[in-house]
Amino acid sequence: MGYQLSREQFDRFLDRLQDDYRVFGPALDSDKGAFSDTDRITYKNIRRLDDLELNRKSYFSPKEIFFPIRETLFRFCEGEPTVPQIDDKKIAILLRPCDSNAIDRLDAIFLENGPFEDFYYKRRRENVRFFLIECATGFDSCWCVSMNANTTKRWDVAFRFGEDEILVDVKSEEFLPYLDDCPQKPFEIRFIYENTKKVRVPEVGEVTLDHFAHELWNEYTARCIACGRCNTSCPTCSCFTVLDAPLGAEKKMGERWRAWAGCHIDGFTDMAGGHTFRQSRGERMRFKTMHKINDYRKRFGKHQCVGCGRCDDVCPQYISFARCINTLSDCIEEGKRK
Amino acid sequence: MINPFLPSKMKILDIIPETEIDQTFVLAGRKPVKPGQFFQLSVPGAGEAPVSVSDFEDDKLFVTIRKVGRLTNALFALAPGDYIFARGPYGNGFDYRDYVDSDLKVIAGGTGLAPVKKVIKHFIANKSIASLEVLLGFKTPQDILYRREVRAWVDAGLATLTVDKAGPDWSGNTGLITGYLKNLDLSNLENCKFIVVGPPIMIKFITIELLLLQVPEENIWVSLERKMSCGLGKCGHCKIGETYVCLEGPAFRFARARRLLD
Repeated sequence: MGYQLSREQFDRFLDRLQDDYRVFGPALDSDKGAFSDTDRITYKNIRRLDDLELNRKSYFSPKEIFFPIRETLFRFCEGEPTVPQIDDKKIAILLRPCDSNAIDRLDAIFLENGPFEDFYYKRRRENVRFFLIECATGFDSCWCVSMNANTTKRWDVAFRFGEDEILVDVKSEEFLPYLDDCPQKPFEIRFIYENTKKVRVPEVGEVTLDHFAHELWNEYTARCIACGRCNTSCPTCSCFTVLDAPLGAEKKMGERWRAWAGCHIDGFTDMAGGHTFRQSRGERMRFKTMHKINDYRKRFGKHQCVGCGRCDDVCPQYISFARCINTLSDCIEEGKRK
Repeated sequence: MINPFLPSKMKILDIIPETEIDQTFVLAGRKPVKPGQFFQLSVPGAGEAPVSVSDFEDDKLFVTIRKVGRLTNALFALAPGDYIFARGPYGNGFDYRDYVDSDLKVIAGGTGLAPVKKVIKHFIANKSIASLEVLLGFKTPQDILYRREVRAWVDAGLATLTVDKAGPDWSGNTGLITGYLKNLDLSNLENCKFIVVGPPIMIKFITIELLLLQVPEENIWVSLERKMSCGLGKCGHCKIGETYVCLEGPAFRFARARRLLD
């Protein structure tokens, strides 16, 4: 069902949703950028159209809304562990096609990989609804088209945000009552089919063990500082560490948490007794690259990377993941010619 | 909805000291388990870690633990009658059927013996293989695990035991385990199967030697160790390539393991 809303009608739609949904979208954090007098775009609670920042890409992805940076798995107090309740209000997330696809990539890990579904992920994820933002053009650092993540069929409501009007396509009936007095107008969302940035992704099978030992990774040993920003900003990075936080004088109470972890960060592979793997940062860059464009694809039949480009936006060392993938492809091409 | 992160309480029935820093905990519990599988053991407040099961019988599980960190310090403070928390078992473990009718050689270094101890015991009791030989290496005589059983295996002519270094009161073999590969009877090489467990450096050199002896990669099994936070294929720590050690391992045929590059 299509609708055409004025700005006021859109605000009224958001207003009506508040009782049943928390609405999140990209919003401005004034002066919170990396440098003085710069802003940061992050995911926040949205109550009015003016809260939304649609002209710049968000620094963080929406994943922390349903995969929190730190989450209590259970509390213990001598006896049986108790699992904390969560707020069961539904969550509507305003996101772009790449991020909609990124959630599909997270779903594969948390809901399909291994013999069990992830209890904590699933109970939040079930509450998530997709409010798709149409991309009129990509941002300069996007390469979603190269990753086949520019289009999606997954949305509950899709929006085209114009200057004075908002066009709406409602796919999930649960949202029809919130728009029942709004003017109808047929609307079909469009996707972009070209980015300024293009990435050539190797086919599965083209990456061989020779490319693991290639010198191209050495550059990243010199440049990467293992800060993990690329991991935390990535909408598809799903790794976490489980840790205990004891409480009380006898330390017999406490919580077990899980917290985001990143393959670029020191300690990711450390085992008790001191054994560790991938000590050089080049090896970590290779591990991440392979995971995003090769390993995950072998397992699930699709790229994990969705080409949102946030890793390139946030790297303090100006390392470009897009360029890394292209360099790898160049090496493969070069090998073929030899 | 099942919450696979929730551990259950297991009572400690007994604690067997093995070395100065290793103890075997005997836990009350009847769980279907295979040798080489592991449990996520925890002491609330101290943390959780993967520990492979070293033995099991009717209502008992045995885990051998080395005191090397925060969790294991907390485990070593416990006594029989106390409880630990556990979830699992996880991983594939060793499948007895893979070795039927073979001349099986088990090569274990240090705590690597723990995940294969039950394999050795099984094939001593069960005659489904053609023959069994065991090669064991430890750093020093003080580091030898399961002394009573190891002594019995050596006395029965089943096992060769060596230590890297020893004082004058040690009358047994010394030197690296790789040096004792020649003691194994490899006369019927096509029928030999090998299980190699131990520190990564030991696995590396033993497998190099075995390949030089023309042992096919498919006839060698190894067990890998990795950091794991979940055991469920979610946390990502144990992933190598497209393989999750916690799901598809920790036991691998070497044909696959050698392609797992960090």
